[in-house]
Amino acid sequence: MLVYVLRRLAVTIPVLIAATFFTFVLVDLSGDPLQELRFATPPVPEATIRAREVQLYLDRPTVERYWLWLTGIGDTHGDIGILQGKWGPSTQGAMDIGTEIGERFVITLRLVGAATLFALGLAVVTGVISAVKQYSITDNSLTFFGFLALAMPTFWLAALIKEAGIWANQNLGTNFATLGATSPLYYRMEGWEAFMDVVLHLVLPTLTLMLTGYAAISRYQRASMLEVLNSDYIRLARAKGLPNRVVMRRHALRTALIPVVTLAALTVSGALTGAVITETVFRWRGLGTFLTQSIAEYDAFAVMAFLLLAGILVVAANLVADLLYGVLDPRIRYD
Amino acid sequence: MTDLEKRDLTIESAVGQDLPLRSAEAITTEERTQFQMIVTRFLRHKVAVGSLAVFILIVLFAFVGPLLWRYDHTIDRSIPSDEPPSWDHPFGTTRAGQDVMGQVMRGTQQTLKVGFLVALLTTGIGATWGAIAGFYRGRIDSIMMRIVDVIIVIPILVVVLVLAGFTRGTTWLSVALIIGLFGWTSTARVVRGMVLSLREQEFVEASRAMGAGDARIIFRHLLPNTAGVIIVDATLVIATAILVEAALSFLGFGIQIPDTSLGLLIQNAQTAVFTRPWLFYIPGIFIIVIVLTINFIGDGLRDALDPKQQMVRR
Repeated sequence: MLVYVLRRLAVTIPVLIAATFFTFVLVDLSGDPLQELRFATPPVPEATIRAREVQLYLDRPTVERYWLWLTGIGDTHGDIGILQGKWGPSTQGAMDIGTEIGERFVITLRLVGAATLFALGLAVVTGVISAVKQYSITDNSLTFFGFLALAMPTFWLAALIKEAGIWANQNLGTNFATLGATSPLYYRMEGWEAFMDVVLHLVLPTLTLMLTGYAAISRYQRASMLEVLNSDYIRLARAKGLPNRVVMRRHALRTALIPVVTLAALTVSGALTGAVITETVFRWRGLGTFLTQSIAEYDAFAVMAFLLLAGILVVAANLVADLLYGVLDPRIRYD
Repeated sequence: MTDLEKRDLTIESAVGQDLPLRSAEAITTEERTQFQMIVTRFLRHKVAVGSLAVFILIVLFAFVGPLLWRYDHTIDRSIPSDEPPSWDHPFGTTRAGQDVMGQVMRGTQQTLKVGFLVALLTTGIGATWGAIAGFYRGRIDSIMMRIVDVIIVIPILVVVLVLAGFTRGTTWLSVALIIGLFGWTSTARVVRGMVLSLREQEFVEASRAMGAGDARIIFRHLLPNTAGVIIVDATLVIATAILVEAALSFLGFGIQIPDTSLGLLIQNAQTAVFTRPWLFYIPGIFIIVIVLTINFIGDGLRDALDPKQQMVRR
């Protein structure tokens, strides 16, 4: 098992490095962070621009800059080199990318984690119900709702849910939080109160991501459950006289979950994408808004930091999915 | 001449003149081409047919509509501000004085153009990439598929967002090019999988025996055999591309003012859900209906193009 994990990680690292190099070059070629400075009126002195270039390492060729970003070897200011835990200079004033992204990562992880869990849960439940009651009214309406959810743009649903939350707060006296990841006074709270504050702020964004993310997996769950239910060993289990719930849980669902688990990684990736949009709509200070803000400021190193984290998250989710495979399917051995 | 001899003679003459035989073969119904069978199977899929009709209407609305409708998406002084839907302005008007129907026509047009171009690009790149990797196997395959892995690591919206954001000044064309450049990986994987099994079949060997080169085998023999999967995949790609474009424009890194797109319209109407609902719901419903119908059409095509599918549906 450990050997398997290590081997998988060894394969993953070159892919991640290649992915960062690839995006680094693309980001580098597509925009100039000093554009505004160069064409400013009144003109900015040449020396100022030169100083900024040196500060942002723009005086070096792209490949060397990537090498610097990765290793920090040959660095003169002591603020770059991801392998040494330094994230590089930011164009956004005195912002330290590492601290900023660390804070925001925790916030976004809450959202992505909750959304993935709930989306998977909803998908499994609806998929199994659909399969067990194939071609019934329940199945047809669940299928239709799934297609609708697949077609729904995340931002539209997010805006709708947010406005509905505000409406409910005003007219029904509910207490949904519609702005931010925590309330402004969060830093004064502790224990239960702080926890509830976080949970209340999570409800609406999680609902959004759950609804946009569950449908695809639900379709797979339905298909794989149908296949299992029509197989011979389920007939055998029934013929043995096992009660229905044992057949469903122990024999059918466990096998039917296997293909779905692979999609968990896809869900994480989808939730991460969705988080960029949901955070914008609900005004969270998370990774998603960090990304859009960094793009708006041509902050190449900040964007790279985001991409690296996103890549690691997706890769980790993939690995977990592969390991879960073995838990669900006793035939799979990792050695 | 006995009856038996007569019959033999008829059969003989029938064979000689290529007339239809009256024996066992005559019982079967008339001959149908592959294409006819596909069309028949598709027409049997009622939801897909209905979706196709709706989709064609939307395409007409987006591309022919602007030629007929008196307003476009720009601000016009003669248009009253903040009008709810009426006969003059079926979708209402905006605060600045734009006709929402004109805006939605333009937005839908841009959205569809992005969707179609992306589908064309991704199927082109993805199918060629996958076919070459699957055909040559070995080292070429593993290098090509590792590149796919590299692109797939990062969620597509994020890559597209970064590129579109850094290049700025984006039009529908650049948005489509950027999405197309990164959207082909799943097509490549699917096509590779199919080609891996197709290349072992006899017809490939036969064409090689007749002296066909690699390129001819790939493009004339292997790829046409994956057409069904590619077409279905293309519908899914259109749907994804439309959602990605809308999200880009919504975040402000896609199609820019003075042009418009459905995502941009929704972005402007974000807070108007209860006060001026026509601004928010109409573009949203258009996106949903477009994506929904495309998905249903894809579903119908999948069944129609699958040769193992029975002619009788449940």
